Parts: sequence; C-alpha cells; structure tokens
Amino acid sequence: MRATVTVMLKNGVLDPQGEAVKSALGSMGFDGVDGVRQGKVIELDLADGTTEAQVTEMCEKLLANTVIESYRVEMGG
Amino acid sequence: MRAAVIVFPGSNCDRDMAVALRAVGADVTMVWHKDADLPDGVDLVAVPGGFSFGDYLRCGAIAAQSAVTKALVRHVERGGYALGVCNGFQVLTEAQILPGALLMNAGLKYVCKTSPLRVETSESIFTQGYNAGSEIAIPIAHHEGNYTVDDDTLSRLKGDDRVAFRYLENPNGATDDIAGVLSENRRVLGMMPHPERAADPALGNADGAAFFRGIAEALVAA
Repeated sequence: MRATVTVMLKNGVLDPQGEAVKSALGSMGFDGVDGVRQGKVIELDLADGTTEAQVTEMCEKLLANTVIESYRVEMGG
Repeated sequence: MRAAVIVFPGSNCDRDMAVALRAVGADVTMVWHKDADLPDGVDLVAVPGGFSFGDYLRCGAIAAQSAVTKALVRHVERGGYALGVCNGFQVLTEAQILPGALLMNAGLKYVCKTSPLRVETSESIFTQGYNAGSEIAIPIAHHEGNYTVDDDTLSRLKGDDRVAFRYLENPNGATDDIAGVLSENRRVLGMMPHPERAADPALGNADGAAFFRGIAEALVAA
C-alpha cells in the first residue's frame, strides 16, 4: 500500500523558490503565470493495515513542520 | 560550569563551540546524538552549527527527533540552559523548544560573511556581557536563516523582551530583522550568527568573547 504526502508552505509564508520560478517563467515568455508555489511530495510504501491516522501522525511529528507548512495525505494508489 | 556539546552526523561547528566554552573555563563533554542521556550535572547544553543529517527533509528536522534531543527537552523542562547556534537554532525550533521556524534565505543564496548585529537585551546569561543596544559584528554562514514567526508570537517575543539580537543589515529576510530569540524563561537562546567564530582575538574578531564570558560568569557563580 502506498500513501502520498504533499507538503506545501502555508499560504502567507513567503516562498522565495516559487517566486524565482515564477520570475524565470516570465522571462522565458510564458505569460499569465500569476503565482508559483513549490512544495514536496513524499511517497510512503506501507505495510497493509497502516491507517490514514498513522500517516497523519507521521506528518504532524516529522514530515511537515506545521508552524510553516501544510500537508495533504492521499492513501492508496 | 559543566557544558555538553551535542554532535550529530553532519555537525561541523561542534569543536569550535567546545573550544570557545573551554576558553572560559567550562568542563565540556561531547555528546553523540544516539546517547539517550546527558552527562550528570550539566548546566548548559550547546547545539552546534553544521548540517545535521545532511539537512534532509528540513534543516534540523531529523536531529530534533534523535534520542539526545529528547534528553535536551527534559533538560530544558527542568530549567536547564541551552544554546543553539545556526543549525542548532534550527534544531531548537524543530524540537519546539523555541518558537518559529527558519526558512530559506529570501535571496535564495547561502550567505557567509560578518554581520553587524545589535544586542537587544542584556537580560540573559548569553547577553549579560553586553550593554543592551550595543553593536557587534559576528559571522553568519547559512542558507536557511530566514526567521519566520506568526504575528501573535512575534508581539509576545517583543513584549517580553525575548529578541536577543537583531541584524543591522538583514541578510536573509528574517521577520523583524531577528537574529536570535530567547525562551520564555530566558534560559534557552537560539541564534543564526556564530559567536564561537569570533571569541578569540587570534581569529581577527573577538566580539563574541563577551558572550562566552557572560555565560561563564553566570554559571560559575550559580
């Protein structure tokens, strides 16, 4: 079983990498990019029976820093 | 004064920290991250700079979960003193010993230079060697030093005089130019600049010497 965790900086926390990517896209001629946010994806291969609650606990304790980051868990796939 | 310097895989300022502490008379023990306990009778625990666990996941995140950090949390809860410099500051925030977080520098670049600072308070063992308001120059060397904290916590930090140091020329985008913060009981300090790199005249800058002298005066007397 697989879980996919997506970690993003919270809205309102400045994302300098996203800003740099946005600026690069603009200078390459891609118009209309109003915003870029860069995050990370963590794929977990899990023993059968691992619950979403357990993955959420992993996020709270390690995978995300909830002071600055939000996370989303997708189970399965 | 008994001090412990924690060593994680990837720590690289641990020996500099030990040298600076020994120079003011501390009995220093190096403590490996797998040790579940700190040496008995330790007054001050220093978490040094470096790249603990390769900065994987987030700077300080994996170190914050190590066995020795759990012992550090117990030490702090008992009212023990602790100092985190650079990566050590990142570890202290990840372990939620200090509020806020250190994000990537706003300019996206690793910054390595001597940075002018203002000492904002002399009310701590770490800053009592300076007059509040005095200006000193201390080296910085980091890529993730952009101190970020929510508005409520920031006003609490300011109201309680817990900002220890501010940058005079903000090098990294840190909120309110903050370079170092104290815990609520003022016994834990986290800071991005490296006082241990400026603690001896032979290094060409001894502005950090008063930092370590202040610690020694407080803890030898204690």
